[in-house]
Amino acid sequence: MAEVTLQNLSKSFGKESAVIDMNMTIDHGSFVVLLGPTGAGKTTTLRLISGLEKMDTGTISIDGRVVNNEIPAQRDVAMVFQQYSLYPHLSVRDNLAFPLRSPILKTAQADIDKKVNEVAEILQISAKLDNRATELSGGEMQRVSIGRALVRDPAIYLMDEPLSSLDARLRADLRIELKRTHSDLGATLLYVTHDQIEAMTMATHVGVLQEGRLVQFGSPRDIYESPNSIYVASRLGLPRINILPADLFPTTRGAAHNIGLRPEHFVYGEGETASVKRVEHLGDQTRLHLDLSGHAITALSPAGDPHAAGSTVKIQPVNPLYFDKSGDRIVGRSI
Amino acid sequence: MSYSVTEPSSRQKWIAGALVILYALITMAPLVWIMMTSFKTPPDSISYPPKVFYQPSLEGYVNLFTTRTRVSPERLAELPPPTNFAEEIVRNRDMVIAGPSKFGGRFLNSVIIGFGSTFLSIFLGTLAAYAFSRFKIPLADDLLFFILSTRMMPPIAVAIPIFLMYRKLGLTDTHLGMILLYTAVNISLAVWLLKGFIDEIPREYEEAALIDGYTRFQAFYKVVLPQAATGIASTAIFCLIFAWNEYAFAVLLTSGTAQTAPPFIPTIIGVGGLDWPAIAAGATLFLLPVMIFTVMLRKHLLRGITFGAVRK
Repeated sequence: MAEVTLQNLSKSFGKESAVIDMNMTIDHGSFVVLLGPTGAGKTTTLRLISGLEKMDTGTISIDGRVVNNEIPAQRDVAMVFQQYSLYPHLSVRDNLAFPLRSPILKTAQADIDKKVNEVAEILQISAKLDNRATELSGGEMQRVSIGRALVRDPAIYLMDEPLSSLDARLRADLRIELKRTHSDLGATLLYVTHDQIEAMTMATHVGVLQEGRLVQFGSPRDIYESPNSIYVASRLGLPRINILPADLFPTTRGAAHNIGLRPEHFVYGEGETASVKRVEHLGDQTRLHLDLSGHAITALSPAGDPHAAGSTVKIQPVNPLYFDKSGDRIVGRSI
Repeated sequence: MSYSVTEPSSRQKWIAGALVILYALITMAPLVWIMMTSFKTPPDSISYPPKVFYQPSLEGYVNLFTTRTRVSPERLAELPPPTNFAEEIVRNRDMVIAGPSKFGGRFLNSVIIGFGSTFLSIFLGTLAAYAFSRFKIPLADDLLFFILSTRMMPPIAVAIPIFLMYRKLGLTDTHLGMILLYTAVNISLAVWLLKGFIDEIPREYEEAALIDGYTRFQAFYKVVLPQAATGIASTAIFCLIFAWNEYAFAVLLTSGTAQTAPPFIPTIIGVGGLDWPAIAAGATLFLLPVMIFTVMLRKHLLRGITFGAVRK
């Protein structure tokens, strides 16, 4: 494990800037999740740290050592690609052993066997060790890809949406497994995902990227509870945060241009009257799709909510987030 | 009645199979005839109507590998009894073996030059194709076109300049000269074919290998090469077939030390009448290396071994 620091990192491909002036410190043993839509620069950031891409300007250091001019092998990073890239000419066992056999690690055969079996056990692929990589299902291939990173003890694990191609159950299992790897080994991880549950459950820190810039960096709760812009607020939360004109509710009028209300930020039975368009009973909670003066609102209410489609409900916001015209958050007195 | 797109009906399979067999028979017939002729005696080989069933004989092969002199029956009777089957076959024709023919040496030349130039073409071609496929090379497209343009005329069109050049450089009738010549002709084919194959190998594999602690060359060697094996094998076969069968340059540029088999085999015709079995024996032996090479590499010719390991 190690500390990875990015200073003023920039990278562009032709005229398109992929990463702009990024500063970030990934502490020893932290689990950093990068969030952002496609094209925000998440993958490029990983590739810059791994050395697969060369930065235009800036500095990357691992444990205080500037690695700008080092090749990937020297940087001691492990990476799981979004597209499982198993070596098709090798067996599963040889795929897992491949990093250990590298000229840098040159592991003894006995240690390779031990490590490979251990990782295969964790990822539930022991039975397939002697299959060719091409004989696996998609989920199994991705587990082997993750395994190829886990056999090593690198400075940092870089993972690019490693679970996105897996089914829900396996994803839940591996989420726990990755979290365990993180806490047991004290590994440092930088993880790219679109999945809110992955971000909220695994991360110690979340970095939100917008068009190549790191716009907010903090704990998952920080990002969820006090996002510094509408953009950041929309990255986390399912159903998404409701962005509404600030003057929709008498209680929220002020300098703000918009308010952000997460689905759980409503109390019922007082305030404005909204019409209920649709009700979704999810078992443990109920989702109400409401219409208030022409604005669609998604709200959460407890299980067993009595409202039915076509009825009306009075709603009142609690703890709204205030945003100015440009979408930045306004806090404190200026509201 | 099945309307499946992927699974042909048994009737379709039967027709397809029959067509393949028919095609195979047509293409194989001359080869089979050559091989049959090589085991005939000279009278059998020119008999009319042609003989399909005959007493096999090794006379063609003996004649191919030896030079013989005719002796008088009296002299023949004085000789001690023949010590081996070759001697016996030759004496039945009132001749004795005078020595080995040049065929063995010419055949060896073909092997050295054919395989040497194939190896060199593939070696240089793979490296060049990898570079064209993976690196940003200024004017890459123009360079590729330039490489290909060397094939836009028949190679023999430049025979005279090459002949003069080789004479100046002392490359005429040398193994090195012929290897370089065939490599020069084959390399454009090799670069283009191999670039296509390497383009199809996803970069993700190499990137994974780089991360896994390998240098770029090690990644090339350990990951790209095994997956390009299919392409390398088929390219090698094409290169070998060209270098192996090439006739015009071999006639022009070689006469002795580096003469290959193709210009040599027809010269057998001149030795004591038309010795068809000996010519057929030469052709049969000449076919074998390419045949063996192709059979050895046929596993790699079957595409599809890398299919599906990278999500596209």
